[in-house]
Amino acid sequence: MTTFSVAVISAGLSQPSSTRLLADRLARATRGAVDARGDRVEFVDIELRELAHEITNNLLTGFPGPALQSAIDAVTSADAVIAVTPVFSASYSGLFKSFFDVLDPQALVGTPVLMAATGGSARHSLVLDFALRPLFSYLKAAPVPTGVFAATADFGADDAGRSLSGRVQQAGRELAAMLTAGGGRDPLEKEFDLAPAPSRVAGRAVRESDPFDALVPFEELLAR
Amino acid sequence: MQFGIFTVGDVTTDPTTGRTPTEAERIKAMVTIAQKAEEVGLDVFATGEHHNPPFVPSSPTTMLGYIAAKTDRLILSTSTTLITTNDPVKIAEDFAMLQHLADGRVDLMMGRGNTGPVYPWFGQDITKGVELAVENYALLRRLWREDVVDWQGKFRTPLRGFTSTPRPLDDVPPFVWHGSIRTPEIAEQAAYYGDGFFANHIFWPQSHFQRLIALYRNRFEHYGHGSADQAIVGLGGQVFMRKNSQDAVREFRPYFDNAPVYGHGPSLEDFTEMTPLTVGSPAQVIEKTLKFRDTFGDYQRQLFLMDHAGLPLKTVLEQLDLLGEEVVPVLRKEFDALRPAHVPAAPTHQSLKAAAELARSEQAIELTGAGSRS
Repeated sequence: MTTFSVAVISAGLSQPSSTRLLADRLARATRGAVDARGDRVEFVDIELRELAHEITNNLLTGFPGPALQSAIDAVTSADAVIAVTPVFSASYSGLFKSFFDVLDPQALVGTPVLMAATGGSARHSLVLDFALRPLFSYLKAAPVPTGVFAATADFGADDAGRSLSGRVQQAGRELAAMLTAGGGRDPLEKEFDLAPAPSRVAGRAVRESDPFDALVPFEELLAR
Repeated sequence: MQFGIFTVGDVTTDPTTGRTPTEAERIKAMVTIAQKAEEVGLDVFATGEHHNPPFVPSSPTTMLGYIAAKTDRLILSTSTTLITTNDPVKIAEDFAMLQHLADGRVDLMMGRGNTGPVYPWFGQDITKGVELAVENYALLRRLWREDVVDWQGKFRTPLRGFTSTPRPLDDVPPFVWHGSIRTPEIAEQAAYYGDGFFANHIFWPQSHFQRLIALYRNRFEHYGHGSADQAIVGLGGQVFMRKNSQDAVREFRPYFDNAPVYGHGPSLEDFTEMTPLTVGSPAQVIEKTLKFRDTFGDYQRQLFLMDHAGLPLKTVLEQLDLLGEEVVPVLRKEFDALRPAHVPAAPTHQSLKAAAELARSEQAIELTGAGSRS
């Protein structure tokens, strides 16, 4: 049995927020699916609202304060990430993007990511594929196929609500499959191994690589 | 141990008065500040090099040559000289000339700059920054050490039978520091040559620099220049002082809040907690600076940034009085008492000249010895 660590990032601003609500449902679905495979999962909740000042400070000074550093460390070392943002002006919120702007570009290489977003109406739902998916592609993360969008109406008890539950379960199963598949045995992972993009295991090596370890002796630098 | 100041040379509006100095005022203020540094007993004045507003020091050796004529003891240095975009031939010539004018009171700090467009403005490619620093510096060293140079590289037109003139004073090239805030290759470069390594840690948490300096020290030893604790390390510092620490905080806060580098970001309290910035009494500055030694080991040069964030000249001169009268004498005494005997001081023209003479006489003795055996 393996215990996986999953960072749950929520960029919701109100208290309580539907974004946090969706993040929690995705976490529960993931836990259920991982449990069913005989493994365990631990969540680290990251509320970007609480880090908003430190994120802005990092953009201005170039280094994170202590609370933001902990969040960055948690995300960088996580086995998977659940990332949920409200839709603001046709995209992810500025706070959500700013957090990924202060992450090291290598921080999520090969990391499975479950993407989700909330909005007033379903008309925003393509934000997942037009905004979030390109962001995680750039970061060389491994987003699961199903992104989850929840409009306000989806929190109701009618068909829309049942449909949201189905998508949450589906996404949770996909994240669990990628987590428990380990390095390169999942069909998706195989694709990663064939492509130049690193697999999750290789991704961990990239994330944890250290420029100090890869130091080029000066004679070699001179000879270049 | 050497103490001094380094200046960025920015023209910044005083946020408390809304007044912006002219370029002429700022340039003359830098000269006044350098003269004041000598007057209050500091050892080093270093100027930045920039090629875009709001900065004025595009021509460091012009300024340092003028300051050389106005001072007697002060070591004139840079923070930094752009080894990537300057022609190494021109650096060799300019600083050798300055050496002669300043009677050897010259060293310099190599850097790669922090303004991306400077590379294309000077016909270079920013993605080749480290390669430029490596090749240009290797050429610079030869130009100072070999009377006639044949050279071919990737970035500069070849040289055939070239002699850089004037030759370095007493045939002793200026001591070189390498400044870097994040690049292990530059620490490696400094270690390879046995040059100094300067970590300007004033805007970043100290933890970040511990590994960089540790790398430099270990590689210095690896390349046979001495033990790791004998490597030549310089550190930055940034302070604002008044006799009473609350007065310092009250007076400096508007400058901090509007500073070009970190303004409108973290609070003064958070920033002083996280970085080497000290705003308070001279005693607090002494305490925090002594901690640098605990973090990084015995080191040879401490430079403070004093004329920043739009502080008026009058205030900067008062700060230098406090630094020279109340802070540096205590730091000198404390650091000297703590430093083991085998840890050297920073090289100067005099010490390098003496070392060269010693090496020559030892070589002569060896040759004589070899002759008598045959």
